[in-house]
Amino acid sequence: MAVIHDMIPDFELYQPDSLDGALEVLDRHRDSAWVLAGGMDTFDWFKDRVKRPEAVVDLGAIPELSGISETDGGIEIGAMTPLTEVVDNELIRERYGILAEAAETVATPQIRNQGTLGGNLVQDTRCWYYRAGWPCYRAGGNICYADTPESMNREHCIFDASRCVAVTPSDTAPALIALDAEMVIRGRRGERTVAAEDFFVGPAIDITRMTVLQPNEVLQSVRIPDTWAGADFYFEKVRDRNAWDFPLVNVASAMRVEDGVVQDCRLSVGAVSPVPLRMERCEELLRGQTISEDIATRIAELGVIGAKPLRHNGYKVPLMRNLIRRAIRGQAPV
Amino acid sequence: MQIVQRATNPWGQDVLLGIDWSLFWIALIAGGVFLILHLALRRRWIGEEKKAAANAPDDPGLPQKIQRHSLASRLFHGIMGISMILLLITGFLPKVGLQFAWLEIHWITGLILTASIVFHIIHATFFQSLKNVWVGLSDLGDMMREMRKAVTGGEAPAKPGKYPAAQKMFHHAATLAGMAAIVTGILMMWRIEQPLWAQDDYKFFGDGGWGWVYVLHGVGGVVLVTLTVAHVYFAILPEKRWMTWSMILGWIDRKDYLRHHDPAKWPVTGGK
Repeated sequence: MAVIHDMIPDFELYQPDSLDGALEVLDRHRDSAWVLAGGMDTFDWFKDRVKRPEAVVDLGAIPELSGISETDGGIEIGAMTPLTEVVDNELIRERYGILAEAAETVATPQIRNQGTLGGNLVQDTRCWYYRAGWPCYRAGGNICYADTPESMNREHCIFDASRCVAVTPSDTAPALIALDAEMVIRGRRGERTVAAEDFFVGPAIDITRMTVLQPNEVLQSVRIPDTWAGADFYFEKVRDRNAWDFPLVNVASAMRVEDGVVQDCRLSVGAVSPVPLRMERCEELLRGQTISEDIATRIAELGVIGAKPLRHNGYKVPLMRNLIRRAIRGQAPV
Repeated sequence: MQIVQRATNPWGQDVLLGIDWSLFWIALIAGGVFLILHLALRRRWIGEEKKAAANAPDDPGLPQKIQRHSLASRLFHGIMGISMILLLITGFLPKVGLQFAWLEIHWITGLILTASIVFHIIHATFFQSLKNVWVGLSDLGDMMREMRKAVTGGEAPAKPGKYPAAQKMFHHAATLAGMAAIVTGILMMWRIEQPLWAQDDYKFFGDGGWGWVYVLHGVGGVVLVTLTVAHVYFAILPEKRWMTWSMILGWIDRKDYLRHHDPAKWPVTGGK
């Protein structure tokens, strides 16, 4: 079991000043290396002595990983860009307000100053059984301690459990899925891009990882296309404490609405599944519809079909249903 | 290198988690080493074998095609073989780095294998002669002679009945490893969500007991890796192909029957 210590165990600290340098170290150490972004997730793990990497690669001194820039087809945000910068950036606020809104709900101002967009996307799950250092499936063991009859699983998933029932805790992920963003991943062999919705990996495919990132790869940046710039957005996060908490459920939507009729839309829900869900069935049904209370209710009902709550998280089903309904209704002309 | 993985559970107990997955590579290497050794030794006797094949005895009084495996046996073997390969692929590839959604394929295939084995047990017990595959003292002697002949030369063992001693041994080794994997696999289905019964992680054992279940499942799996390598190797070896074809077509040629089998131990019961 995890015991919080004042000191963290020894490791070799690398502070490369180029991405190639970081990738070289990561490639050398592979599974025994740890990538340090803002450190908001990292230092909990280290102080709890649950994760004991041999090498820590601090990305803080790599200029190419930071900053927000306008590109031909949209914008590109470096993975090491602090969340506060994402929240305050004029371009993002003007064109992709949903991302600024989502980033603003992350933790506290102090944490947003230090925490990065990449870190928020790549962070590990908050399942306390897993974070306590017990040998659950996600930690390489053969049981999910959060899915036994006595488990405390109020925050866990209602969709897509496969042995592990932990959820993705990211607030920015559903917003980026709604914006049809692309994740730019760099490895020693070069660059590859992955759609935001495919960036996250569920336990059915890889139970020990949350994303497609390999141990020798780094999330370099996030590209957001123009497609949804200036669209009608909706983001809402429900949490236990509004001051500072991870989501119980969050929802993000982007819509193009003309004369009350939905021309196109993207809808995503977080914290209900091991990965942020893109609600494609809801989107299909919503396209071409005139927004109304009735349509919002019907689509929200569709959204929760197949939910399998655990012992203590049945409340997530009506919560998710209501948030989808509000996301759709939120676009209705006043 | 470790043989098993251990961890401390929430109650402070040191428990087994399962085998160390490096054993998969060892099993694969063991299969490869056996294959190379056999290929190297084979060079010493393959010439003699070919000569013997050319001068094989014949008995026109026997049917040209002699039935070795019934359709039911062949269907079982095919289903079992495909299931086994799928189980090994879905069981081990994710452990060595190739990630895909393997769990459902794995347990559904496991159930298909289990059903086929149940069929095989009933079929073999009531409709076939168990004596054909039973290993007796004489088989052990034959096996020793066969090995001595392979390594140092010398006298060949007596012709067997329906199955040579090595094939019987293989069958028993596969039975042991397969049963270990199947029984533990069915128990492990209580630890996953599936439509047959409710998930109940602690129904049968505590963490310590479950550790042994996972270890046995893993040991059965890695032994089957080595056995599968050996089986595939023998199936494609030119001088054994008459046996492979018999598992597909059901019959063997009369000359192969007389050359490889003792008619007194395995009399002809069917053919054309």
